[in-house]
Amino acid sequence: MTARSLLDRTGTALGLVAVAIVFGVLVGPQFFEPANLDLMARQTAIVCMAALGMTVVIVAGGIDLSVGSTIALSTVVIALLLRAGVPPAAAGLGAVVAAAFCGLLNGVLITRLRVVPFIVTLGTMLVVRGAAKGLAHERRIEAPFTWLNDLLRAPDSAAKLPTGIWLVLGLALVVAGMLRYTRFGRHVFAVGSNARMARLCGVPIGRTNVAVYTIAGAFAGLAGLLQFSRLSVGDPTVAVGLELDVIAAVIIGGGSLAGGRGTIAGSLIGAAIMTIISIGCSQKGLANWVQQIVTGAIIVVAVALDRVRTHGAARLSETGA
Amino acid sequence: MTEHLTAPRFEMRGVRKAFGATTALDGVDLAVRGGEICALVGENGAGKSTLMGVLAGALQPGAGRMSIDGRPYAPRDPIDARRAGVAMIYQELSLAPHLSVMENVLLGAEPMRFGLVDRARMRELARGALAELGHDDILPEAPVAELSPAAQQLVEIARAVAVGCRVLVLDEPTSSLGAEDTDRLFALLARLKAQGHAIVYISHFIEDVQRVADRFEVLRDGRNAGRGSVKDATIGDIVAMMVGRPVAELFPRTPRQPGEPLLDVEGLGPGGASFTLRRGEVVGIAGLIGSGRTRLLRALFGLEPVRSGRVRLGVVPAPRDPRGCWRAGMGFLSEDRKGEGLAVHLSLADNVTLTRLEPFGRAGWVSPGRQREAARQWVERLGIRCGGVGQGAGELSGGNQQKVALARLLHHDVDVLILDEPTRGIDVGSKAQIYALIDSLVATAAAPRAKAVLMVSSYLPEIRGLCDRVGVMRRGRLGPLLAATARSEHELMLEATGTA
Repeated sequence: MTARSLLDRTGTALGLVAVAIVFGVLVGPQFFEPANLDLMARQTAIVCMAALGMTVVIVAGGIDLSVGSTIALSTVVIALLLRAGVPPAAAGLGAVVAAAFCGLLNGVLITRLRVVPFIVTLGTMLVVRGAAKGLAHERRIEAPFTWLNDLLRAPDSAAKLPTGIWLVLGLALVVAGMLRYTRFGRHVFAVGSNARMARLCGVPIGRTNVAVYTIAGAFAGLAGLLQFSRLSVGDPTVAVGLELDVIAAVIIGGGSLAGGRGTIAGSLIGAAIMTIISIGCSQKGLANWVQQIVTGAIIVVAVALDRVRTHGAARLSETGA
Repeated sequence: MTEHLTAPRFEMRGVRKAFGATTALDGVDLAVRGGEICALVGENGAGKSTLMGVLAGALQPGAGRMSIDGRPYAPRDPIDARRAGVAMIYQELSLAPHLSVMENVLLGAEPMRFGLVDRARMRELARGALAELGHDDILPEAPVAELSPAAQQLVEIARAVAVGCRVLVLDEPTSSLGAEDTDRLFALLARLKAQGHAIVYISHFIEDVQRVADRFEVLRDGRNAGRGSVKDATIGDIVAMMVGRPVAELFPRTPRQPGEPLLDVEGLGPGGASFTLRRGEVVGIAGLIGSGRTRLLRALFGLEPVRSGRVRLGVVPAPRDPRGCWRAGMGFLSEDRKGEGLAVHLSLADNVTLTRLEPFGRAGWVSPGRQREAARQWVERLGIRCGGVGQGAGELSGGNQQKVALARLLHHDVDVLILDEPTRGIDVGSKAQIYALIDSLVATAAAPRAKAVLMVSSYLPEIRGLCDRVGVMRRGRLGPLLAATARSEHELMLEATGTA
């Protein structure tokens, strides 16, 4: 293993340790107390859930800007269904199906119209946001209290994690396994790494892309479920710009916007880094604007690292020729 | 012109360069006089590109001295090198396709007037530079994207000449040119030589080297491995220096016994090509670049639309999409290795096995262990030099990358192999191995599982040495297939250019 690939594999984890140490020193030992860790886990869960789907999209060489809007739509759908007397489990399922449909729409538009994902999802970002607002008549939707609201609630004993966190971790294993151990997963990497080669090799590119965006939509729906759990209302204006946090988490975690690279573990670590910064800043008593500047800087640094990585690899292969 | 009379235009002495633990250059010398074309030859990985990278300022040497016209020369970066008069014309053309010819020629050296670009003067300078090259047919206002590859190359050379470069390095300049454009380029190089430029010419095509260069310098494993005058050396001499051993038999030929037809093509449009490919034979298609050879292969494999005609694979109509073709036992090797042949960031194992992952698990599952194991077998059988099957395909040398791309067809165990320029841009050693491999695939000894190979190549010795039957393509039309040795290289070339 070369020094470069070692750095590639452990770089993100090292970044997490570094950020944790910095804020551990700044805030003090109470930063690592179970209650605080629990708080961070619950805050990061929504981004993590959406990042599971976004990782698949980015590995396939795409991008999905409609995630934040889909999360909002998902909260609205749950609230409406609950109010209509639908059982909680069915309401959650309905929201995930609706979100998956948004993803399906993205995938079909991208493959049928041959418009780049950035533009298609930029459009559906507005369309879905508008649909959510229309469904909710531009108001928050109050919903009866059910067990869905307990998904991210701190459990009685500090040693236990909330159900929502377990859901994220379990699904993370499923998606990581799918990327690594299935034909579909290998096809996702092939399409993202070199679409022309994938076509030559008979990889069903259209079908793969539609599946990829549908998966991303479904995970945005699940993220919406967690968001609803925190809010306990359906809010069509929630999660504006959250897609950027999600994309940043994947990129910080080693995903490449050029496609073909990215890992689930990396994306989760990337989300954790961003959460530590945001909670660390607020506990240190730093103003919101400082948080925003720090988070923004981290995103740029991460993308710069992505460039250095791709660029460096390209240069290596050139000298090898 | 004797050596002691003219001092070299540039001189490199004892240049060393290491990348991590690998030594790319181990004390290399090179000196070229003005008015001289020196060919730099060697296998892939011999250090040619690294040496020229050092000369052009893109890489910093670990040790060694360089001088230009007797003055010490140590460029910090390519811009510094350009100022000192050294220009590199890269394989991948480095032009801005949306800008015009004149904007490209004077990029970074735009004439200014009152703080604005002086477009009239710019046009004049660009026209002058193109005229100096004897190509005033290229309009300064034309967008570069609309020019042919040959014309784009000229623009790049004009750019170097316009800023007063006296040392020109050309890296595989003919690899994307047809015969006619190659002739024109060589005439231009002769002109630049007469004007006193010092030219370094890097190429895998030894025939080109013999035509255009005065001297040759051979690199092997990062060291000087021989030099001489082109007039006094045969191709065999130069190749022997490159590989470090005499190449006894480049084109092996074990007995072949053509069997039943595997691929039957009738009037495949737009050119209306018709031919039959049998089990146990290699059919070659010669012709100029742009004559429609690649289009024909791609149409066969469903990569380009077919307007007319009928293709049968065995006894059934051939599928019209790549996925179906692989399933039906036909595989395709692209001429564009990095752009289409391989995913350079994916592992070697992924690249080899992508078309057929089914053996590695049931119901859509893939066991990475079994996938790697299968790839390892091909690495061993084809002698692919790599740091393990998990290594990124892009980190391998060109020859090894090509073997990985070929291994995909072997892993899929296709009956019909369609190979587009199977040895383009790879070193002689790898070429010999690929020739032997193709020969073994169609040999009688492999019957009844012998394969059928359809290949396109611009390298005529390879077409004649490897194929059983050869057809020539010209302006989209495929001529009759004749026995490979029925026509000499010269006759094939005449038929390809339409002067026969």
